[in-house]
Amino acid sequence: MAESTVSRLASQYAPPVAVGMLLLALWQGLIVLLEVPKYIVPSPLLVLQTLLADWDLLVRSLFATLKITFIAFALAVVSGTLIAFLFVQSRWIERSFFPYAVLLQVTPIVAIAPLIIIWVDDTQVALALCAAIVAIFPVISNTTLGLRSVNPGLANLFRMHHASRLQTLLRLRIPSALPYFFGGLRISSGLSLIGAVVAEFIAGTGGSSAGLAYQILLAGMQVNIPRMFAALLLITVAGVVLFAAMVWLSRLALASWHESEIAAEG
Amino acid sequence: MKPGEVLTAGSAPPSRAACEAMPPVVQVEAVEKVFPNGTHALAPIDLQVHEGELVTLLGPSGCGKSTLLNLIAGLSVPSAGQLRLWGSAPGAKPQAAAADRRLAFVFQDATLMPWARVNANVRLPLDLEGMNRLAAGERVRQALLLVGLAHAGALYPRQLSGGMKMRASIARALATGPNLLLMDEPFGALDEITRNRLDADLLELWWNKALTIVFVTHSIYEAVFLSTRVVVMAARPGRVIGEVAIGEPHPRSESFRVSVDFAAHCRRLAGLLAEASAGGEPGG
Repeated sequence: MAESTVSRLASQYAPPVAVGMLLLALWQGLIVLLEVPKYIVPSPLLVLQTLLADWDLLVRSLFATLKITFIAFALAVVSGTLIAFLFVQSRWIERSFFPYAVLLQVTPIVAIAPLIIIWVDDTQVALALCAAIVAIFPVISNTTLGLRSVNPGLANLFRMHHASRLQTLLRLRIPSALPYFFGGLRISSGLSLIGAVVAEFIAGTGGSSAGLAYQILLAGMQVNIPRMFAALLLITVAGVVLFAAMVWLSRLALASWHESEIAAEG
Repeated sequence: MKPGEVLTAGSAPPSRAACEAMPPVVQVEAVEKVFPNGTHALAPIDLQVHEGELVTLLGPSGCGKSTLLNLIAGLSVPSAGQLRLWGSAPGAKPQAAAADRRLAFVFQDATLMPWARVNANVRLPLDLEGMNRLAAGERVRQALLLVGLAHAGALYPRQLSGGMKMRASIARALATGPNLLLMDEPFGALDEITRNRLDADLLELWWNKALTIVFVTHSIYEAVFLSTRVVVMAARPGRVIGEVAIGEPHPRSESFRVSVDFAAHCRRLAGLLAEASAGGEPGG
């Protein structure tokens, strides 16, 4: 039993890990062979060394960025879900307000971030707001779609048994919406991180609350390319972990019934 | 044959038709249904279903048999005419006094909630009514026992076969203790062997529980095997083209399926359907 789990995990993770190792080796080899200077492209080993050398600085910045990310993500999920609930109350509300949700989605954050940073005194709040604007749309659109994606037969059943609005919401609409909602979370979690990094770039705040974007900016000005790469690496790893966490959460909630989370049998 | 004419085939209708002196359970008077897009789904239709009957609505796709069933269930409203259940308008919230006048609907698909176990699915109508958990649990146990799913309460719908899903769906309908059961091609998606099995079990339930059933199907064999009376419908516009009483006494056994009477009923129904489609589709 345990052995089969190990071999299943091995067959799942071995190929991508092997590809990664191969690419890293190739990278390292090319750098050494062609004698590429480190201020153009650093070798993977150098990036690793820099990461360890600058660990305190970079991890402090990582936490600053993650703090913005989590606040933005929470903001996006809570307000996005509330807006979705509002939208499904009536077609009229949705028709009136949905275009503005789209407007929020298509406006480049780099264009409105400076405004928000000027308007909001607290930089942390301003950054979180920018990132939330980037992350909110998938939550709104997916949750709205989910709340509307009710099996018509079940809807009739609820109607025939004179279910109240609240009963229909709790027992039918919300469970029906969950798979869509979690789909929205996966996209939104990544966007929160991207939004946080972009907003930090624009704000350019240093000091004790400097995020990874600031470290990248600063390292770029100092032509400290290895540190840029190390910071980039941390952002990527954070994004992957965030995504994996959402996948895990979704599996936890849906594993017992939804097709997307049921392991193929036989 | 003129529309609405009643054919009586075989021997006298079953003994339980003695209840005909009471007001009909379902009374449809000149009911029409025109959809917003202009489709004339039902021409004026008259239909009466009495207590204890098992009436099938038989016809091809598009003849309005499901539309008629939805009207009876109160899921949609007639464009014209009058529809009464136990003498009052359908869709009204059942009063405490009318607890013996309950209606349940079995859909074409099992329409089970995929996120809930079979127990919770069957309990749903009782939960919506606000019945206390203990009483509801007992009702659910009884209903599952009746449909032969006593062992499956803790399973999720995806773990059930097509036939078991339909059984669960019927159990959910039975849990509320209905007197009138409306069934919209419930076994249409099942293989024939499973369908025959479920037909036989349904018949037994109907007989033991003294239910009144209106059953929609496009299978002549299913209609003959189940019904005390078959109402034959045709399309464009949806209308009743005849009725055939099936006099075979209950309880019916599988041997009825291969009897001469069974074949005679089937032939008569097939003839009615063929006549209607020949007249209804000029040049076709």
